[in-house]
Amino acid sequence: MARAAVPGRLRARRAWRPAVLLERRTESPSARTLVLGVDAWAGHLPGQHIDVRLTAEDGYQTARSYSLAAPAAGDRLEITVQRADGGEVSPFLTDELGVGDRVEVRGPLGGWFVWRPADPGPVLLVAGGSGVVPLMAMIRARAGVSRAPFRLIYSVRTPDDRIYAAELRRRAADDGGLDVAYVYTREAPAGGSRPPGRIGADDLVVHGWPPDFEPACYVCGPTPLVEAVAGLLVGWGHHPERIRTERFGGS
Amino acid sequence: MSVFTRGFHGRRRDDDGRLPPGQYLTDDFPVLSAGPTPQVSLDHWAFAVRTESGVERAWSWAELTALPSETVTVDIHCVTRWTKLETQWRGVSLDTLLDDVETAADFALVHSYGGYTTNLPLDDLLDGQAWVAFEYDGESLAPEHGGPARLLVPHLYFWKSAKWVRGLDLLLQDEPGFWEQLGYHDYGDPWREQRYQGD
Repeated sequence: MARAAVPGRLRARRAWRPAVLLERRTESPSARTLVLGVDAWAGHLPGQHIDVRLTAEDGYQTARSYSLAAPAAGDRLEITVQRADGGEVSPFLTDELGVGDRVEVRGPLGGWFVWRPADPGPVLLVAGGSGVVPLMAMIRARAGVSRAPFRLIYSVRTPDDRIYAAELRRRAADDGGLDVAYVYTREAPAGGSRPPGRIGADDLVVHGWPPDFEPACYVCGPTPLVEAVAGLLVGWGHHPERIRTERFGGS
Repeated sequence: MSVFTRGFHGRRRDDDGRLPPGQYLTDDFPVLSAGPTPQVSLDHWAFAVRTESGVERAWSWAELTALPSETVTVDIHCVTRWTKLETQWRGVSLDTLLDDVETAADFALVHSYGGYTTNLPLDDLLDGQAWVAFEYDGESLAPEHGGPARLLVPHLYFWKSAKWVRGLDLLLQDEPGFWEQLGYHDYGDPWREQRYQGD
C-alpha cells in the first residue's frame, strides 16, 4: 500500500502554521519566488506542495496550493508564484505581500507527484510555463545527492517567460547528468533552429528519453500541454504507469 | 487563532451559501488527474458491477446508453479548492444499475480505465445521489474530463467522481482507493472540509 511521502505526524502536516515572508525574488516579469520562514519544518520531497492561507482583518479566509520549488533549507521554504491577472491570491502574493508579513501554510501535501532521490533511474521532466516549479524542486534535490540522469524539456511562450533560466543554464553546464531544452510556443530567440510552436513528438524524441530506457516521466503544466505530452509519450511506447502528471489551470 | 495577513482583503462573491468552506468559485472547468488520459474505444467499453460473492453484471456502451437517463444540474467541488456551480450532466442513475443486484455490501470500490480507483460507502451511490455520466453541457463527455463516461457523485469532493469509469466492486469492508491511500480523506465531504486523513 502506498504511504504518505514524508513520514511524520499527520497532525503536524495538516495543521495551519504561521509563516513569514523572508525574501522575494523576481524570476520573470510575472513570476516571483517567495521564501517563507516556518518554525520546525520537518522537510518534504521534491514535487510536493503546500497550502497557503490568507486571512483578512474581518476574518475572511482563502487558500491556494503552491508547489514547493526547492528542498527545505532549515526552516526556509520556497514557492514560486506566477501572477494570474485578475486572480484573487496570486497578484497579492507576487506584488503586495511584504517582507515580514505573515501568512499561514500547511503541508507538505501530495504523495504522488514526487521524485525520490534514492531512485537511480533516468528521469524525463516536461514543463509548461509555471509547471516547471515542482520539476525544479526535483532538479535542485538531485544536485550533489543523486547521479540519476535528468532531462528537462521546458515549454514557454517567449524567452522572457522562462523561470530559473540562469540557474538552469549554470546547472546544466556544470553537470553532465542534466540536460535542459526549451520549446518556445510564440517567439523563439534569434538564431534558434526551431520555429515557435507547441511541443510535439519531435521535441520529445530529440530531447527526451526513449521508452526502452524506462524513464520516470513527470509532466506538469496547463491542461492542454499535459494532455498532449502524456498522450505523445504513451503513443511513443512509454508505459502509462511511469508517467505522472500534474495540471495547472482554472485558478 | 488565525494569523492575519496585512493588507489582504480578498474578493468575496455572493454564492448564496453554495460555496463549501475553503473553496472558491471558478467558471472554468479545470482538469485534475494523476496520469495520462486513457483512450477507451466504445466498441470495447463496458461498465461492470461485481458483488462480494463474485457475481458480475456488465453493460456494453449500447446497453448503458439505452437505459433511462437523467439530466441533472449540480454544483461540483474539487479538493484543489475550486467549485463550479450549476454544471449539467446526463447519465444513468446508479439506482437504475444497482436495482436488481443482490448484495449485503456496505462499500464500493470504483475502478477506472487506466487503473484509478476510489472508494465510497454504497449508500452514497444510491437514492439519486450518483450517476454514470456520459454527457456534459449537452455534449459527449470529453476524454480529459473522464469520457466516454465517468462516475458523478457531486455531494463528495470530485476525486470520488472517477473519470473513465469501468465498474465497481461491492465490498463488505471498506478498501481505500488511489488518493485515499495517498493521504486523502476516506469520505471527502466538502461541507465538512474532509480533504485529508484526519480532517
